[in-house]
Amino acid sequence: MAIFLTKESKVIVQGMTGSEGQKHTRRMLASGTNIVGGVNPRKAGTTVDFDGTEVPVFGGVKEAIEATGADVTVIFVPEKFTKSAVIEAIDAEIPLAVVITEGIAVHDTAEFWAYAGKKGNKTRIVGPNCPGLITPGQSNAGIIPADITNSGRIGLVSKSGTLTYQMMYELRDLGFSTCVGIGGDPIIGTTHIDALKAFEADPDTDLIVMIGEIGGDAEERAADFIKANVTKPVVGYVAGFTAPEGKTMGHAGAIVSGSSGTAQAKKEALEAAGVKVGKTPSETARLAREVLAG
Amino acid sequence: MDLFEYQARDLFAKHDVPVLAGEVIDTPEAAREVTERLGGRAVVKAQVKVGGRGKAGGVKLASDPADAVAKAEAILGMDIKGHTVHKVMLAQTADIVDEYYVSFLLDRTNRTFLAMASVEGGVDIEEVAATKPEALAKVAVDAVDGVTEAKAREIVEAAKFPAEIADQVVAALQKLWDVFVKEDALLVEVNPLVKTGDGRIVALDGKVSLDANAEFRQPDHAALEDKAAADPLEAAAKAKNLNYVKLDGQVGIIGNGAGLVMSTLDVVAYAGEKHSGVKPANFLDIGGGASAEVMANGLEIILGDPDVRSVFVNVFGGITSCDAVANGIVQALELLKSKGEEVNKPLVVRLDGNNAELGRKILTDAAHPLVQQVDTMDGAADKAAELAAAK
Repeated sequence: MAIFLTKESKVIVQGMTGSEGQKHTRRMLASGTNIVGGVNPRKAGTTVDFDGTEVPVFGGVKEAIEATGADVTVIFVPEKFTKSAVIEAIDAEIPLAVVITEGIAVHDTAEFWAYAGKKGNKTRIVGPNCPGLITPGQSNAGIIPADITNSGRIGLVSKSGTLTYQMMYELRDLGFSTCVGIGGDPIIGTTHIDALKAFEADPDTDLIVMIGEIGGDAEERAADFIKANVTKPVVGYVAGFTAPEGKTMGHAGAIVSGSSGTAQAKKEALEAAGVKVGKTPSETARLAREVLAG
Repeated sequence: MDLFEYQARDLFAKHDVPVLAGEVIDTPEAAREVTERLGGRAVVKAQVKVGGRGKAGGVKLASDPADAVAKAEAILGMDIKGHTVHKVMLAQTADIVDEYYVSFLLDRTNRTFLAMASVEGGVDIEEVAATKPEALAKVAVDAVDGVTEAKAREIVEAAKFPAEIADQVVAALQKLWDVFVKEDALLVEVNPLVKTGDGRIVALDGKVSLDANAEFRQPDHAALEDKAAADPLEAAAKAKNLNYVKLDGQVGIIGNGAGLVMSTLDVVAYAGEKHSGVKPANFLDIGGGASAEVMANGLEIILGDPDVRSVFVNVFGGITSCDAVANGIVQALELLKSKGEEVNKPLVVRLDGNNAELGRKILTDAAHPLVQQVDTMDGAADKAAELAAAK
């Protein structure tokens, strides 16, 4: 099972012919992802060779879906063109669009998010500015290294890419059902809540690890959701306890403004919902082990 | 990036929002000529990026050009909540009959934009929101549709603006929306928006915050940066395209990925509790797929910080390969040595993930006396804090 992405997923890559797109398409193929095509209007009809695997290039997302039955797109196009790439994916009604590109202007994200809503939210958007998602042993849509760990029964949802890798590494002997990097921008498509809902319904997930960071109120809202809807155990971690007010910590969304968005407030909200929250990644991993051991 | 009031005023004027004439100066003597140009009287306003300047004495009415010089002299150099006043704006005086509030901002929770408006302007709007929430209208704005005339009218009606000025406020809101969208702003706030004695609507004071991610299509925005106020290390890091924030501790931090670096700051601060209370000295994210050169640039910035007593390099190689990080460390130390700079700060390095073994071997083989490796993030943080405390 897993969530959002399985071995049945047929993946296309928008921006496959660019340097980042090529590098990561090669890595995704190597980790077993079924990549069925790339999109680049200027190179339509050609193919790209990835160590012996010929991947066809299509002129558009719609055309690629018609030819291959693709149901996932991974987007690597530069930030200037990302909005139109996502809108193209939405217009083609592809079920899942994973937006890896970082540094997208908030007005662009707000616009494609609003556009997705107007089109009936037929396309699940993950990101932008995220590492994507991996269902170990089945499929990898994005840039998460596939060799950290294997398939297991922990579900992971995280705002941060490298903390995703760190947590996968800490719990590598146990393995994961699916790991979803949702990104740390002020506006994102798939939220903690969306992933929690899917993990709750996934028979292959026994425990959910949720990683948040300073800024916004997504963790607080996730806490409310957990209290009302999640029966599986959830272990949490929040980064940025020592971040000062008013300084953006790398991610455009990671900023403490006044009394809102602090790590302490998020930790307290999660604990009030019954989530065990670690102070560090290693303590969080230890809590996850304790919960799984019963 | 938050703008000064005068910069916000300029952007408003550029997009035809009604504003009063005004000019910014940085010496008292310049006030004379400007005040003459403004008709002999002026309001002298401190330019600081902090609220409450009026109460602090940073806004004064000058009755003639000589008075303007005196008022500018009194305000320039003033300290307002820790911000030194380096510039004042001289603005035309206005006959104010009524004060209102309007803003456009990003609504993260609802993943859209929000308009806020109130007929109770001129005061702290957070206080209005807290004590009299019904007086602050909030209207969601769809990012695709934007503020059409109908949407502007909806905002005006929700906030109960008087009928005789409704059309003018509707027009001003549409112009302010132009500022918000065309300048890639995260916040456009007018407080107060005033009605003058002759019945005009004017944006008297404004706050604008711009999205740094939009720099690729906003070439003019770089000039709005307050370079004088930037920390010299932050400015040097920015010039090298590094994501760096100066903090007030003693342990220099370099890592890859915003989340991991934030987490590293926390772990070092916890470790510091056991070691004389040392704290992280900075945030520095070398990003995904960092090369040896990026690593070397980062290390040079951190070692150049006189507050730093030890350095913690914490890398989990996802895309970044640890051998590149290790080579970067070795190169940086050689580079600094060749420049004749004495490096005497110990480095604690933790490498995991992509090519970690190769990276560790490179450091082991280099056997630099200042570099030591620790296997875990917690253990390395503890060692770095201990070394900083011992210095």
